[in-house]
Amino acid sequence: MNTKNSNAQSKSDLLVVKNLKKYFPVRSGVMQKVTNHVKAVDDVSFTVKQGETLGMVGESGCGKTTIGRAILRLVEPTAGEVTFEGKDVVKMTDRELKPLRRDMQIIFQDPYASLNPRMPIGESVMEGLHIHKIGTPQERWEMAINMLKKVGLEEYHARRYPHEFSGGQRQRIGIARALALKPKFIVCDEPVSALDVSIQSQVLNILKDLQAEFGLTYLFIAHNLSVVEHISDRVAVMYLGKMVELTDRDSLYKEPLHPYTQALLSAIPVSHPSEKRSRTILKGDVPSPLNPPTGCRFHTRCPIAIEKCSQEEPEFREVRTGHYVACWLAE
Amino acid sequence: MNQTKLLRIEDLVLHFNTAKGPVQAVDGVHFELDSNRAVVVLGESGCGKSSLAKAILRLLPRNAGTFSGHIYLEGKDIMELSEEEFRQNIRWASISMVPQAAMNSLNPVMRVGDQVAEPAIIHLGVDKAGAISLVKKMFQHVGVPEDFISRYPFELSGGMRQRVAIAMSLVTSPNLIILDEPTSALDVLTQANIFNVLKRLKKELGISFILITHDIATSSELADDVAVMYAGQIVEVSDAHRFFDKPLHPYSQKLMASVPRLHGGQEPEFITGRPPSLITPPKGCRFADRCPSRFEKCSQEPPVVEVEGRKVKCWLYTS
Repeated sequence: MNTKNSNAQSKSDLLVVKNLKKYFPVRSGVMQKVTNHVKAVDDVSFTVKQGETLGMVGESGCGKTTIGRAILRLVEPTAGEVTFEGKDVVKMTDRELKPLRRDMQIIFQDPYASLNPRMPIGESVMEGLHIHKIGTPQERWEMAINMLKKVGLEEYHARRYPHEFSGGQRQRIGIARALALKPKFIVCDEPVSALDVSIQSQVLNILKDLQAEFGLTYLFIAHNLSVVEHISDRVAVMYLGKMVELTDRDSLYKEPLHPYTQALLSAIPVSHPSEKRSRTILKGDVPSPLNPPTGCRFHTRCPIAIEKCSQEEPEFREVRTGHYVACWLAE
Repeated sequence: MNQTKLLRIEDLVLHFNTAKGPVQAVDGVHFELDSNRAVVVLGESGCGKSSLAKAILRLLPRNAGTFSGHIYLEGKDIMELSEEEFRQNIRWASISMVPQAAMNSLNPVMRVGDQVAEPAIIHLGVDKAGAISLVKKMFQHVGVPEDFISRYPFELSGGMRQRVAIAMSLVTSPNLIILDEPTSALDVLTQANIFNVLKRLKKELGISFILITHDIATSSELADDVAVMYAGQIVEVSDAHRFFDKPLHPYSQKLMASVPRLHGGQEPEFITGRPPSLITPPKGCRFADRCPSRFEKCSQEPPVVEVEGRKVKCWLYTS
């Protein structure tokens, strides 16, 4: 992993996200006037390097899923730039976007809801090939079966329906479908959080093997920090629509600089009762993204906040080489 | 040893009737729980853990079939009680439950204070004012601000709703609370807060817990004992400390090895195959198909072997 990590550092940027914003309007009253906005993603910038896995963590509602979807234009970004291989995805028309969809795919969170229950899974996997008019029907079927084999399923599975599979198998089918078009970049949106722990690592291993085989780049969104540690080269931490920390995996887990990251890491349960340690447990809940706190959004729950934190918003700055933090106190 | 256990379950069976035949969700479960202890019931989805909780509280769905065995609460077999006696004296009065997805189990059109007061009014016979003062005390225990009493569930966050559900299970001062996946829908920070509340309740009020979960890492925070369930049966019971050090049953070992650990270094493993159908479970050991240490004997039903005070249902430990 370590050698792979340093390789990723030297590689070029596949995806550049600049000042991405996604505001969801809130309507109320008889006239359904827009009265406010939920700032789900508020001015987030980062890059994903060729061949790396960028992990993205945060609590529910912090905007991590919205980022994944906005990058793929599954939701329309409110503002900002998303540059994939030098082309700005946000400015593209639907027609221009279509060929790009082959290169950028997504694996969804819930394998029970993401497959068409009335379609044999082989057809689900080849649907994308059909839309992009790749090969003859016979060739598409063969490609679909090939993909299913890559994720550990057999040819006879292709004619079965989703309800005949377990959660882990369905998630592998979801992976096969995302991979059928030979994409370069895949957004993995909580791909294992709906699975039993006994099969999570099987799905993670498949993702890793396929990455090595096809040179894939992943944006891996999850709330489980242990899972993210196992798969990521670099990790980004989100809080209330903002990115608060971004660095390589080892630095983040060994030496987190943002107080929110520190609290998140100390809240992870240890898997042995004898491993006692001091924990920073944050009080209160995540504030509403309708009226985020002024200044640093974390200051209402931050154990070390100073006066400046409630007044001025900290810049997302590079504190050490490749280690970005949005905190006034980080050095 | 003759001391009466808080809860002793013997040969508990709960089957559900389906068109394809009976689903053997709980099939011959034995276990014991002392007072002021927390036992964690671990297992994969569909292993029967939630059905076990429902069987203890006799909250049976319409398609329940065979339901037999003994459940001794402080020495008294509560399986022999009539439904009316059970409702009056056991359910909520002695054993209460925080259901799965408790945060979504609250009545959306009723103020949370009134909801928490309800079991107290019904079971303790206190008047409304008395119940509300009890509710305030419970809210203090679980860390919900007092003025939340007049709020509606939608005005509360997931973590706060979960605390309200725990307060509701506490209000009748039961001896035993069954928590079904209390934190699995919550974020890691909220989880840690809820577990701190549970630990404090156990220490301050001496309540026992049965904690049903698939989240092994979180459960280790509270557990005194661990029971591992597989395909409707309990395959291992052990004290938590030795269990987390070295689980005995091959299934427990594989399950523990599949937990991704922070700063772990070693790659998590996974268990090949999937749990057997509970309509036609395999003869002999139910884990045999997926077990790395399987041998000839495993085609016969394994006995429960006692190993230094721990119990394991596996042929490997017979001498």
